[in-house]
Amino acid sequence: MFDALSSIGFTLFLFIVGYVCGSLAEKKHFKSIRKRELQTRQMVVCNFVPEGQGAVDQSMLVTGSVVVSLDYFKRILAGLRLIFGGRVKAFETLLDRGRREAVLRMKAQARQHGYGSVINVRIETSTIASKGGKNGTAGVEVLVFGTAVRYLATSNQEPVVS
Amino acid sequence: MMKMDFPIELSNTENVPGKTITEFHGIVSGSTVRAKHVGRDFMAGLKNIVGGELKGYTELLEESRHEAVSRMVAQAQSVGANAVVNVRFATSSVASGASELYVYGTAVTVQR
Repeated sequence: MFDALSSIGFTLFLFIVGYVCGSLAEKKHFKSIRKRELQTRQMVVCNFVPEGQGAVDQSMLVTGSVVVSLDYFKRILAGLRLIFGGRVKAFETLLDRGRREAVLRMKAQARQHGYGSVINVRIETSTIASKGGKNGTAGVEVLVFGTAVRYLATSNQEPVVS
Repeated sequence: MMKMDFPIELSNTENVPGKTITEFHGIVSGSTVRAKHVGRDFMAGLKNIVGGELKGYTELLEESRHEAVSRMVAQAQSVGANAVVNVRFATSSVASGASELYVYGTAVTVQR
């Protein structure tokens, strides 16, 4: 009896901790993502190779990656969703978060090396299985990579892609 | 953030921007299979309760991917290339708790 009660209590505890910490952390993360996106807005990032942008001076492969996971509360809600079907909003925001963060990291790397634009960007997602496998996935990894380029000063500045 | 301190040029476009390809050396690849270690797995397990970024895993995957890229670069150098173009990354889980990181591209000689 006591055993059952304590295990329910523990689950409830994880549930509450997951909910409170998870949603606070998510809000904070989204705030920081929005801030950094504004800061790096002038960087050109595109998923093709633009033509006629002038001579390229230098280039470099840049990457950004992040592993994100759901909190305990959302994981259980997502589990319930699997019974009833429909939109799994918990995973939607998780993936959004992961992708935007990974893109920002790639941009940060490009910027750190003095590049103003990244071309031919690819976004890849893969799941990392948990050991027991009972909770489905341990996390989702997002990898973003592209070629950072710097154009020669003689060409008409940065490419215009709109 | 992965360090990109490789002795040859890498690019995921069809050529190295601003340079022309003079010679092809075929496909080169590098791969590594990694398992999470117990300490990291434990910390990640704790982090799984509150969600968010699992830093331990992010670092692990970055290190491993760096190793895969170094292997590809070594292979490219051994065939006499000075650049690898059209680089692609792929990830597949081999067993639960272990994943393979694979990177491949075309080794070429480029000239400005």
